[in-house]
Amino acid sequence: MDWDLIEESWPVLVAAIPDTVALATSSLALGFVLAIGIAVLRLSENRIAWAFAYGYVYIFRSTPLLVQLFLIYYGSGQFRPFFEDMGLWVFLREPWFCAILALTLNTAAYTSEIIRGGIQSVPWGQLEAARACGMSGSLLFRRIVFPIAIRQALPGYGNEIILMVKATSLASTITLLEVTGEAKKIIAATWSPVEVFIIAGAIYLTINFIVTRAVLWTEIKLSPQLYRDRPSWFARLKGGVQGPVQAINDQVH
Amino acid sequence: MDLTLLGWGDAGWGDEMIFGAMMTLAVAASAYALGIVIGTGFAAMKLSRLWVLHLVADIYTTVVRGIPELLIIYLVFFGGGAVLRTVAKGVFGYGEFIDLPLFITGMLCIGVSAGAYATEVIRGAVLAVPAGQIEAAQAIGMKKSRRFWRILVPQVARYALPGLGNVWQLTLKETSLISVIGLVEIMRQAVVGSGSTKEPFTFYITAFVLYLGLASISNRGFLRAESWANRGVRTS
Repeated sequence: MDWDLIEESWPVLVAAIPDTVALATSSLALGFVLAIGIAVLRLSENRIAWAFAYGYVYIFRSTPLLVQLFLIYYGSGQFRPFFEDMGLWVFLREPWFCAILALTLNTAAYTSEIIRGGIQSVPWGQLEAARACGMSGSLLFRRIVFPIAIRQALPGYGNEIILMVKATSLASTITLLEVTGEAKKIIAATWSPVEVFIIAGAIYLTINFIVTRAVLWTEIKLSPQLYRDRPSWFARLKGGVQGPVQAINDQVH
Repeated sequence: MDLTLLGWGDAGWGDEMIFGAMMTLAVAASAYALGIVIGTGFAAMKLSRLWVLHLVADIYTTVVRGIPELLIIYLVFFGGGAVLRTVAKGVFGYGEFIDLPLFITGMLCIGVSAGAYATEVIRGAVLAVPAGQIEAAQAIGMKKSRRFWRILVPQVARYALPGLGNVWQLTLKETSLISVIGLVEIMRQAVVGSGSTKEPFTFYITAFVLYLGLASISNRGFLRAESWANRGVRTS
């Protein structure tokens, strides 16, 4: 273990964290908005809208993100005069723009399925009851569909956030120097993969740990009744206290 | 877009791209097999009563699922050869320069990552087998190994199939990352082709279509396998 190298590369890799986080958050936010649109199309009665959404999701989930990224960043170069005429070349020549575009389109496909699953999980009886009370349209969506759907979709979306944090590493293949890009540069220069891997790996694990904690915290905030009897971490360490799932099962039986 | 570039033979790149697709399939299939073996082992560790085994398996799945595959590939690519040389020198006294073949490096990286996802799928499938079935098997006097092969394995296979189908899709897509170390599969071939013809879109869209085709065909296969595995299950 080369401690000097660790000491030297540590600040370089930490300085690259904002780039990784910026890539992940911007594409997650944009992708979420796009995903809502796709989920709406997917749930619509219109066959053309349905087919478009189905095709979009199918294509983006069946191909590697790396191909999508290269297709946008390098592939657009083949039609450079065309994009220059359109005035789009200023964006497409930017690796930042292309990385966020590819990540956004990719996550939108996965997220739309998560949203659709959440909306479809709302029990039919709840909708009937709401209609019987005279709710409809946006009031029904706001008060009944959305609150139930978001609780159902949150764990799946938490996984998607982690996958996206990992996916930002692909931006290093189109010259962006986020955490993985910097790590590769140091590895290639020093030929000491283990030291660099440990630091970069620890950075990603920390980010993902924070994400999972934040998602869990939101879940507890949204459904406190499921976690009311959740024992403290210390009590669980001592053992013998039941978790939330068993508690619910006990109530049911 | 010049489609004659994708022709067969010396002039075109069509045959090269198809060979790339075969290489992708070969890496994906061997990494998948490795992943299932690893996944079965670690699932057994996660289900064991020994907390040490449990802890080791937990660390493996947490680390591998929390770190980008690209980083793991760089670690194995740049570090695998050094480990191999140390072992060769220390154990066999072989001092010449040796390096891990690219195919093995790729298979290891993707297999280790697939294994982490397969672990969770297989663990879930084992837990899905009702405890009463094991009890019933015990009650009629089946021995442990017979219980394992007759009761557990067939049902775990059935429960795990949809999840393992997802792992396969993931594995297939992840093989594209191996192109960064130079193994000539679809993606690498597309990079080489677009570099020498200056027609990147033509090549990457071809790669795109090839992946789409591989994913669609294998997806059908898994759906068939699922309906075959569920043929005896009553559905209301």
